[in-house]
Amino acid sequence: MPSVEVNGHPYDVEAAVGTTLAEALRDELRLTGTKIACAEGHCGACTVLVDGTPALSCITLLHALDGARVTTIEGLRDHPMVASFVRADALQCGFCTPGQIVSAVALVEATPDPTSDEIRHAMAGNLCRCGAYPKIEEAIRTWRD
Amino acid sequence: MARLIRTEKEVEGRYEEVWLVVEEDALDQWPQGPREVVGRPATRVDGFERARGEAVYTADLQLNGMLHTAVLRSPHAHAQVRRIDVSKALSLPGVHAAIGPGDIPQLTDHCGFQGAAVAAVCADTFAQARAALRAIDVEWDVREPLLDPDEAVRRGALLAEPRVRERGDFERGLAEADVVVTGEFRTGTVLHNSLETHQAVVQWTGDGVDVHISTQFIWGIRDEVSSELGLPRDKVRVVCHYMGGGFGAKNDAGDYTFVAAELAKRTGRPVRCALTRREENLAAGNRNATVQRLTIGATSDGKLTALGGDYVNAVGWDGWLAPTDGPLHMLYACPNVRSTLYGAKLNTPPMKAFRAPGFVEGTFGLETLLDELAAKLDLDPLELRRLNHADRDASDDRPYSSKNLLECYRRAQAHWDRRHDVRSRSTDTVKRGVGTASQIWYGGGGPPSYAWVRVGSDARATVVTAMQDIGTGTKTAMAQIAAEELGIPLEHVTVSVGDSARGPYASISAGSSTTPSMGPAVRAAAADARRQIDEIAEQRGTPDAPIEEVVSLLEDAQILGRGARGPNPTGMQVLTFGVHVAEVAVDVETGEIWVDRVAAIHDVGRVINPLGASSQIEGGVIQGIGHTLSEERLFDPRTGAILTTTLDAYRLPTIADVPEIVTELVDVPDEHLTNLGSKGLGEPPIVPVAAAIANAIRDATGAEVRQLPITREELLRALHEAAERDRRGAAAPV
Repeated sequence: MPSVEVNGHPYDVEAAVGTTLAEALRDELRLTGTKIACAEGHCGACTVLVDGTPALSCITLLHALDGARVTTIEGLRDHPMVASFVRADALQCGFCTPGQIVSAVALVEATPDPTSDEIRHAMAGNLCRCGAYPKIEEAIRTWRD
Repeated sequence: MARLIRTEKEVEGRYEEVWLVVEEDALDQWPQGPREVVGRPATRVDGFERARGEAVYTADLQLNGMLHTAVLRSPHAHAQVRRIDVSKALSLPGVHAAIGPGDIPQLTDHCGFQGAAVAAVCADTFAQARAALRAIDVEWDVREPLLDPDEAVRRGALLAEPRVRERGDFERGLAEADVVVTGEFRTGTVLHNSLETHQAVVQWTGDGVDVHISTQFIWGIRDEVSSELGLPRDKVRVVCHYMGGGFGAKNDAGDYTFVAAELAKRTGRPVRCALTRREENLAAGNRNATVQRLTIGATSDGKLTALGGDYVNAVGWDGWLAPTDGPLHMLYACPNVRSTLYGAKLNTPPMKAFRAPGFVEGTFGLETLLDELAAKLDLDPLELRRLNHADRDASDDRPYSSKNLLECYRRAQAHWDRRHDVRSRSTDTVKRGVGTASQIWYGGGGPPSYAWVRVGSDARATVVTAMQDIGTGTKTAMAQIAAEELGIPLEHVTVSVGDSARGPYASISAGSSTTPSMGPAVRAAAADARRQIDEIAEQRGTPDAPIEEVVSLLEDAQILGRGARGPNPTGMQVLTFGVHVAEVAVDVETGEIWVDRVAAIHDVGRVINPLGASSQIEGGVIQGIGHTLSEERLFDPRTGAILTTTLDAYRLPTIADVPEIVTELVDVPDEHLTNLGSKGLGEPPIVPVAAAIANAIRDATGAEVRQLPITREELLRALHEAAERDRRGAAAPV
């Protein structure tokens, strides 16, 4: 039974071997802010931070994370990036947005003032079918305003 | 007084006559220009709950005792189930029920496409349900698939009678032409791939059923489910508070809803049926491929004399004939137009509406060939479009309710004038150019739609209507309209949507119709509440008192206003217009194409929220770039097996593919359309993208591309053809 810290709280998660982190978060802990859109690591909607690094939770096995520190969108609710996304209108349907924000937070924690190229490179793994991309870039550029 | 009238209703170019009860719609439109709230940028009223992951989408719903479904879908493009036994699945761990062909009409043993639903299992977990599918014993009789649309037309495998439309005399128009250009164009099949897949959670309660569904049309689902399950309409409750994208693919209930309903009935449990991403790429609908054989005739001074088109829509196993011929008939003033539209029935997955169905495809062919004409006539492409501007509806001579396309062209000129600079930055291997294309589409919306507004003693208002916000920002626009009419701050308005049991009938969110359908109803409801408040103020002898003061004595009493969408203007054509200017760079050695900049200028009447509107235009342009350069559903031409079932194989645009996008709206209210003068904006921005890019490629390189997506292979073919043409041209005697 792996022990993980999720948004600062310790959990012993009971789940079958083979359970993904996304399934554990959504089905066991009921943290449904982490979305599953492809379940095979292609779209980025399920992005969470594992020990501060963005990870695709839909293809990360829970049992490989014993002792890890996980941050989901629920743990970032007061991060200025959230307000920046709303201010810039960087979301439409919103289904990819939690994953976008998690990736964006990881980017600015490492690079507080990213260039356009750095934003495009770091965010290229987060698909948005509504095409909010120009405003996602703007939200990340202006996150501290 | 209520009046019963007969009026015309249009969704995505399909018209029907409907009866309508209208109440007096006496409100004058607001004067042109930004108001206190309407016409000013507003961030989304539900932005934080979506961004923080608090919004509960259908995909996030967890009900007590809920079971999960896996669906067995045909792995073959064309096959008959010779024998099937679902009983073995029932003995596996966690499984509660299994159904197959004959249990409900949505499960079939005659599979006309890969992805057709055959059987379904529900279990405590999705993993258990999926594992149980493997225990289902199926014997397939695999048959030859029909995959080629031209072959289908030859064999008469059609979904409907060919649609022939003609005005004037096409042959005479051709005889009058000084120049004739022809071309065969092909567009590929593209997929919606909304990030929330198609899904429903169904629960039987008492003598009715609750359907939680990711949908664009709560009330359409209610009608479809009630008719299919034989329930009174108000015994079907449809709920959709948040939904993760639709783009036309979520207008109806789909097999998953009825699979969940049947399994929920059999088990007495709530049942979820959600498509996986791979199922989404097979069985959730698509923009069908087309073949277009076009002819344009014109006089030497550029007046169009004849437009002709033979269109084949590769519809697939099921679907309808999207109006690929629409732009040919509607975009330009040309006296002689003839088209034939065939709908090929193939062993490929069924089409569904996809953001301006037909017009995206038809505009690519027409507007690309028009630039070939401009080149032959040595005319400026933008000037050629101005020259053939239609002052009245070209297809039936009705006046437009409003049209500001010439103003769009005027504003496009500055972007168009950049082409000399852009071209001059070309190198030996990277060529640069600029292209333009026009847009025409529907977007007037229509009745019926209703809204209620309640105002409390704190002078805060709630708008109640059972519509859905599919991500377009509808809730925000409705809040702005109510705030404007009531004269209160935007932050003091709440919008309650998403539940057929908790609000009146509301429009479909498709056909660019939500704002023009819902907005006037919300304004009418807010005006009804405002009128009552003004009457109270009058009675108190304080007619000029602020609303906060007037309602402050109400305590728990409420002011209730109601409003309805009035009819569209009689005898007028309500349409949206626009123009795009695209700049590209093309590596003529490798065939790589970069879109550097797109300017998108549209006329959709009054703009409610300029911020949301710019986002929607950007989204449409980006989806259009995907259709033009990277997206295509591929299948094995021999077996029909779909080769692109993942988001790795099916290439959606990423943030790294996005050019500079400049958006501009004419923002003049349509004086004939409702109490708002607003049209819809969801679809117009995707319509001209492909043609503008193709025309920019021609400007940069001389290559005449003929198919979407413009793959490197297609571009290199077109470059080679252009080089051959130049060589022959140079060798020919003058």
